Amino acid sequence: MDRVDMQRIKSGEVNLGTSIMAVQFEGGVVIGADSRTTTGSYIANRVTDKLTFLHDRIYCCRSGSAADTQAIADFGHYYLQIQAQALGAPPSVPTAAAIMERMCYQNKDQLSAGIIVAGWDKQNGPSVYNIPLGGGLFRQPWAIGGSGSTYVYGYCDATYQEGWGRDETVNFVKNTLALAMSRDGSSGGCIRMCVITEDNVERLFVPGDQLPRFWEGKEVLGAATKKPAGVPTAAADVVPMAVEA
Amino acid sequence: MTSIGTGYDLSASTYSPDGRIFQVEYANKAVENSGTAIGLRVKDGIVLAVEKLVHSKLLVPEANRRIQTVDRHVGLATAGLLADGRQLANRARDESLNYRDSWKQPIPLKYLADRLGLYVQVYTLYSSVRPFGISTIVGGIDENGPTLYVIEPSGVFFGYHGAAVGKGKQLAKTEMEKLKLSELTTRQAVMEAARIIHLVHDDAKEKDFELELSWIGDETNGLHLPVPKDLFEEADKAARAALETFE
Repeated sequence: MDRVDMQRIKSGEVNLGTSIMAVQFEGGVVIGADSRTTTGSYIANRVTDKLTFLHDRIYCCRSGSAADTQAIADFGHYYLQIQAQALGAPPSVPTAAAIMERMCYQNKDQLSAGIIVAGWDKQNGPSVYNIPLGGGLFRQPWAIGGSGSTYVYGYCDATYQEGWGRDETVNFVKNTLALAMSRDGSSGGCIRMCVITEDNVERLFVPGDQLPRFWEGKEVLGAATKKPAGVPTAAADVVPMAVEA
Repeated sequence: MTSIGTGYDLSASTYSPDGRIFQVEYANKAVENSGTAIGLRVKDGIVLAVEKLVHSKLLVPEANRRIQTVDRHVGLATAGLLADGRQLANRARDESLNYRDSWKQPIPLKYLADRLGLYVQVYTLYSSVRPFGISTIVGGIDENGPTLYVIEPSGVFFGYHGAAVGKGKQLAKTEMEKLKLSELTTRQAVMEAARIIHLVHDDAKEKDFELELSWIGDETNGLHLPVPKDLFEEADKAARAALETFE
């Protein structure tokens, strides 16, 4: 079997070099994503919606090939409609995740797709499932994905706490994504989020000029070496090297 | 039997002029000749009970069981041709395994009954096959709580609070109607089920019989299991005692 890696995306393929995230809390889940879609260094879409509808209370976050993940999500949506019809009730999140996982695993040789499935159902309440590159299905309290996620694992480990409410969780997702987007060259643009609860699905949008800001560095030359007036500068103390005649 | 000699009963794929399918009705006769099977749907679970007629004293006790396990949470009891019951149980196992593979969830009973009904119905369509000679009680616990269905040889299925099939079904039904099924615990229902099976058994006509009991409920952690030995003995003894006072 060919080895599976993100690098074998065809040249010119539209890619979701992405930062995505999903976190469960007491009454629901918060999912979020950046909005950048690229073909190489060109930003093909700067307001992409990577939070994709699967069923009434089940969404997925897509990363990898835009074409592959859209097709998988379309099939997932189709299967869940059949399931809902057969059951006469909304399908569960683990069922949705299992369907998506099966497609990702059985077609792993041809796909590049990293998907997070999250939502709310009657039996399990809120839940988050991670489906990484080659398939596989992992339930997690929070999941991050896409190229940007690698920069913020430490931040998430250090910050996440059990027992958060809705607003704290939304802030966590917003901050994490902003940090990931600022470090990852192929993530950026705006932040889109969804809060999925029993009652409804609420969409949130953070424009690119209102992203949370963190330490952004400062000018190293000049500013960093300058000292307050009056205090002898390092430069003044330096005695020119003696040169032998 | 007005159907005999008319030629309309030779195939399951032939209607009689008044719209009946005699082969299916004959299949129901096969069910009526069988020992009774009952199912009780109560507050926190399901109880299945069977009156297994023992045709020979040489048979090994507890052989040829008519209550079978389909999945962790589903039990199935049949009345009619024993071999047909086995075939349908195997089909039910395939269905529930397939469902688990596809959806990573235990099969809902409504869906299982639907699939089995479809399967049984197909055997009423072709001249090359005969309809199933069984009525099947499927019971289990799913996300909607305890659920009980009966599938008949025609392929129709209905949900019940209390179900009875086989020889003594009429008497068993009148007995079950006296019970407040939705208020009983599974443990109490085991006692009632044993009593009803003993009651409907006609030892003037029939030879020996063996009682089969299984349950699914809070006490079994939602699993379909045979009733444990001590409870079985207790229920069997109480049933015999109740029979003395009944008549």
